[in-house]
Amino acid sequence: MSQFAINLIFVGASFALYIGIAIWARAGSTRDFYVAGGGVHPVMNGMATAADWMSAASFISMAGLIAAGGYANSTFLMGWTGGYVLLAMLLAPYLRKFGKFTVPDFIGDRFYSSGARLVAVACLIIASVTYVIGQMTGAGVAFSRFLEVDSSTGLMIAAVVVFLYAVLGGMKGITYTQVAQYVVLIIAYTIPAVFISLQLTGNPIPALGLFSEHTESGMPLLAKLDMVVRDLGFTDYTADVSNKLNMVLFTLSLMIGTAGLPHVIIRFFTVPKVADARWSAGWALVFIALLYLTAPAVASMARLNLLNTIYPAGPTADAIQYDERPNWIQTWEQTGLIKFEDKNGDGRIQMYKESPAFAATAESRGWKGNELTVNNDILVLANPEIANLPGWVIGLIAAGGLAAALSTAAGLLLAISSAVSHDLIKGSINPQISEKNELLAARISMAVAIVVATYLGMNPPGFAAQVVALAFGIAAASIFPALMMGIFSKRINNKGVICGMLAGLISTLVYIFLYLGWFFIPGTNSMSNTPDNWILGISPLSFGAIGAVINFAVAFAVSAVTEEPPESIQELVESVRYPRGAGTAVDH
Amino acid sequence: MADDKKMAEAYWQANLRLIAGCLVVWALASYGFGILLRPMLSGISVGGTDLGFWFAQQGSILTFIALIFFYAWRMNQLDNKYGVHEE
Repeated sequence: MSQFAINLIFVGASFALYIGIAIWARAGSTRDFYVAGGGVHPVMNGMATAADWMSAASFISMAGLIAAGGYANSTFLMGWTGGYVLLAMLLAPYLRKFGKFTVPDFIGDRFYSSGARLVAVACLIIASVTYVIGQMTGAGVAFSRFLEVDSSTGLMIAAVVVFLYAVLGGMKGITYTQVAQYVVLIIAYTIPAVFISLQLTGNPIPALGLFSEHTESGMPLLAKLDMVVRDLGFTDYTADVSNKLNMVLFTLSLMIGTAGLPHVIIRFFTVPKVADARWSAGWALVFIALLYLTAPAVASMARLNLLNTIYPAGPTADAIQYDERPNWIQTWEQTGLIKFEDKNGDGRIQMYKESPAFAATAESRGWKGNELTVNNDILVLANPEIANLPGWVIGLIAAGGLAAALSTAAGLLLAISSAVSHDLIKGSINPQISEKNELLAARISMAVAIVVATYLGMNPPGFAAQVVALAFGIAAASIFPALMMGIFSKRINNKGVICGMLAGLISTLVYIFLYLGWFFIPGTNSMSNTPDNWILGISPLSFGAIGAVINFAVAFAVSAVTEEPPESIQELVESVRYPRGAGTAVDH
Repeated sequence: MADDKKMAEAYWQANLRLIAGCLVVWALASYGFGILLRPMLSGISVGGTDLGFWFAQQGSILTFIALIFFYAWRMNQLDNKYGVHEE
């Protein structure tokens, strides 16, 4: 059977499963549509949260980033998991106790202000729309590589599938498809990793293999990798980082950004009890950790495998002949994600780090520049081919990558559509809307959101890579502090929170625009985006944490000089702090 | 009612203390051992590298999981002790 047929079977079977679940789990009420009826078991919700959270970025890109950056990019591992500790202790249980359907619902009620609610809706929509573009383009890449359709056709197929289960089933349909998608993606991620760990270290558990002996050389795997990359002029894989301030702030931005992302928070509204919300955050992190503990192993092993493929006799001997390159390099060359240029005309592929320190060595070996560029994103997708694994593993990876992209896209689309139908239409424009019409409005806004996301996925704005940073920056600097102050302080009033959110949001946007271009228009950046230019060495991607501090400071200062919130609001804050009397999520 | 209010206040203070304790461990495992204190831990070797690297890529995540389950378990105890648990 051809590889194409195998891929088609795996992807087709997984899609059939999602559609089957969609038909089984239709939503009959707004409660079904927004919070899956409020009766999702905490372990089940943990699994759905894991799929909701782990996007194309986690599945496809993260291991590639770690492979390229080594220790320095551990920030992604800590940052994208540490946020769950904050969620479990600072947000999820209290917001569940509050018992409404959306994140702006809480901000609007707690700060007795439709202005605050609208600012929250705006932040939510900007963060979620930018995030969803990345998922759709990720799905497009997976389709075009594995199913040999062009990525627009692939995106259309993906959009139709998401449409079926998200519009029909709302949160209820999404929850149960996310559970299925989690199973597909974790199997797809783990199986190739186990094979590769066995090949390199003899240890079947990749997380342990990472710290085991490299069988072939008898050295510890990481020591071997350090040696190989050093011989090619790269920084040691395990080398420490000198700009620790930026590393701390970047990790912190990812953590509080994670805790503030609305599509993750609303998942905790679906469990029956406050205590369940706490347990569920723990289970979510367990399921996420199954991938996140494996990812750094995949990263280091794939990097070693790649360099061994290029230098079969070791990094100090001759590189491989271009004519003898393996099939997977040829297939990925067609996508443009691997590029080769024979700069010194010797017919071999030299891959190394061009740097002043390594120039003399390169010169003496007759090298005239690095000849192979490999896009970080292909590492996980090409992993089974690099390690010569059987065809069905490749089919599995295709289905897994799509599951990761689609599950996150569906969660984001639900957050967007509930903000529109519940917070904008019911909350502001037409409070008298009937339950039936609100459900219809929710479905229509979901459909519109899918069309917009698909269009943007087909015509990604030039700044697609930067916008993910924007999503985290916004969530960290605006939504997270507002929610936390709403729960932990009775003194913060409506004026304080609006000023705080705007100050956090604007300062973060300005700092990002300074380096990445005003409104991301290329060439309009005020300073070039290099570490030397960063204020105190803080990268624009790390600024979310500073934005959050600004938000807190402004909100406290403004509240201190204005009046106290009314008695009824102070009682509301009291009531979210105690689990008793939670009941299920209710409408106004 | 006054008693209820006192109990509730005591419950909230206990919760805040628990959160503070957990967040100290949270920060120590990630920002501490994983980033800032890594040079101090470089003497302790783990599989070809040092303890700080292990914390950055594995240890911090395992610590986070343990922390959330500990918090959820401890809060259930507090819910019952102060009589604010769900019916």
